[in-house]
Amino acid sequence: MIEGLQRLGRATLFWFNRLGRATLFLLRLLGALAALGRRPGLIAKQLYSVGVLSLPIIAMSGLFVGMVLGLQGYANLVDFGATSSLGTVVALSLVRELGPVLAALLYAARAGSALTAEIGLMKATEQLAAMQMMAVDPFARVFAPRFVAGVIAMPLLAGIFTAIGILGGYFVAVQQLGVDSGAFWSQMQAAVRLVDDVINGVVVKSVVFGWVANWIAVFEGYDAIPTSEGISLATTRTVVNTALVVLALDFVLTAIFFGA
Amino acid sequence: MGTLKKLELAVGVFVVLGLAAFFMLAMKVSNIADLGEDKGYKITARFENVGGLKVRAPVTLGGVRIGRVVGIDLDPRSYEAVVTLSIEPKYDRLPTDSGASILTSGVLGEQYVGLEPGGMDEYLKNGGSLKLTQSALVLEKLIGRMLTNAASGDQPPTKTP
Amino acid sequence: MSATVPASPHDPPDESPLVIARGLTFHRGDRAIFQNVDLDIRRGGITAIMGPSGAGKTTLLRLIGGQLRPDAGRIEVDGACVHELGRRELYQLRKRMSMLFQSGALFTDLSVFDNVAFPLREHTRLPENLIRTLVLMKLEAVGLRGARDLMTSELSGGMARRAALARAIALDPMMIMYDEPFSGQDPITMGVLIKLIRTLNDALGLTSIIVSHDVKETASIADYIYLISDGLVVDHGPPDALERSSSAWVEQFLHALPDGPMSFHYPALPYAQDLSLE
Repeated sequence: MIEGLQRLGRATLFWFNRLGRATLFLLRLLGALAALGRRPGLIAKQLYSVGVLSLPIIAMSGLFVGMVLGLQGYANLVDFGATSSLGTVVALSLVRELGPVLAALLYAARAGSALTAEIGLMKATEQLAAMQMMAVDPFARVFAPRFVAGVIAMPLLAGIFTAIGILGGYFVAVQQLGVDSGAFWSQMQAAVRLVDDVINGVVVKSVVFGWVANWIAVFEGYDAIPTSEGISLATTRTVVNTALVVLALDFVLTAIFFGA
Repeated sequence: MGTLKKLELAVGVFVVLGLAAFFMLAMKVSNIADLGEDKGYKITARFENVGGLKVRAPVTLGGVRIGRVVGIDLDPRSYEAVVTLSIEPKYDRLPTDSGASILTSGVLGEQYVGLEPGGMDEYLKNGGSLKLTQSALVLEKLIGRMLTNAASGDQPPTKTP
Repeated sequence: MSATVPASPHDPPDESPLVIARGLTFHRGDRAIFQNVDLDIRRGGITAIMGPSGAGKTTLLRLIGGQLRPDAGRIEVDGACVHELGRRELYQLRKRMSMLFQSGALFTDLSVFDNVAFPLREHTRLPENLIRTLVLMKLEAVGLRGARDLMTSELSGGMARRAALARAIALDPMMIMYDEPFSGQDPITMGVLIKLIRTLNDALGLTSIIVSHDVKETASIADYIYLISDGLVVDHGPPDALERSSSAWVEQFLHALPDGPMSFHYPALPYAQDLSLE
């Protein structure tokens, strides 16, 4: 009993310690942003690996999620004769919640874990130490470009996920299930507000999630124990922690924006 | 250096795709069309009860949407609800004796204002008001009326000579 | 009349030492890696730091490079106290120091050429054609000019170290630190590295510090040797002086004897007693 409490206390202290380290890391990262402004090419290269290479999984998942929403929404609305609202259901679900959240989770799984593994490996093979000894700050040269590229890529990916999802829902609803095309779009347009739903939903949420996901991914790589086991643990931690934090933040943001 | 060019191209395409997605969300998905609509002229209508009518609800005539609700206020002296409607400029031939009712779309849908054209030759202009109004049907009152009808329906109707 | 004997690289120069450590103390956990250690690294020659594994040799390089701070004592490089420098001055100092890591530590996403060009591109504003010339010169010095477009993953271990060496001399530093340069290499590669380290040191007027436990190879090119064990300097001197050392430990280490002050048997009960307890 006592031992359990002790362990809990130690774990909590350890967690706070880590959080403090992560915060200091973020501050140092932000400090290196200014130097980055002179080297935009570094960001472009990272945008390719976290953005472009994530497109396939984001697009495919968006399509499937949208189609499922169309199916499920139809199955539930047809009993009330309210299938004309299917467009609204699909659009609001994606724009307010599923778009930003699922895109963030998929991003963490694909791009976040890759970032952590790459940085962890650089640490294990002494590339980061070599850079320091060459008087080059790894924060400016390695961490900041990856972080900035990820923060830019996240909202774009969430937007693509949402848009493709709505198109997928349209395809299933109108082409397959016979919902009226005009009703699908017009009801949606009447119900989905630009500022209240799209901006507060997809845009704000995905920007926030982008910060969180990339912060965690880069920090876990930096903090990894430089062995193959350590890197594997760090990569797992990135995906798990990003998922937890994103879902928790989603609750907070939903309560702020969409709570009654 | 050829790979660098391809890489930059891919990144550019990616960014364009993302922006296009947001553009689509803004244009086709949301109600951005509504945002520029305050060129309409304003008329008011007074109701005893607005029910569940909300601001931005549509205003229709003959089922065609011609404007929207832009304001709902209470007149503190007459205790009437004052609803301000914004009608699109191209629908400028609304007779002054037109009527306005608060209707519900479907059985459980949202409420909107439906207009019925009158017969006068004078047309409503900005600042005008509709005199003939029918308030929203409040469900509780409906049920209450049904119940009292059912209760009094057992007695034969009395006929006055 | 003064006969000016031409100074040979093996003569100890009479300038002040490039690196001075006094009273250096460093702990990791409760283990004392260094206890009150004094060291002098002379300019212009090759100084070897040798000792058993885990003696803290790599840690010493990190302390000199400013990546670790000593718990007590001082380390000075070219007159500047390393652990008291601000970040900017430390970076300036590091531009003049160079380190060759055990694995080479080449950047895996860059080619050999880009790896060697990295310090030049980061720290100078030289035009690309000039950088190209410099890179090719450095690669020529290590014999890898033809390999310049290979990616890091395509290099053998020995080639990776040579490429890393080319990168280390890119900015013409005053000092190179070698962290276990010979470990795990085949004889030919070892021969190449030995030759390169010595030649570069003399041709470029460098000061080299080699941390190693490969006694034969290191002793063949070192001008001065420090032997470290258990956080203390056991002995130091030119290679031939150490050969004649009276310390049994030094003799065991230098001649790779399996038993001596570092005993073969891990501490245990007497053999007969252990067996009969079965």
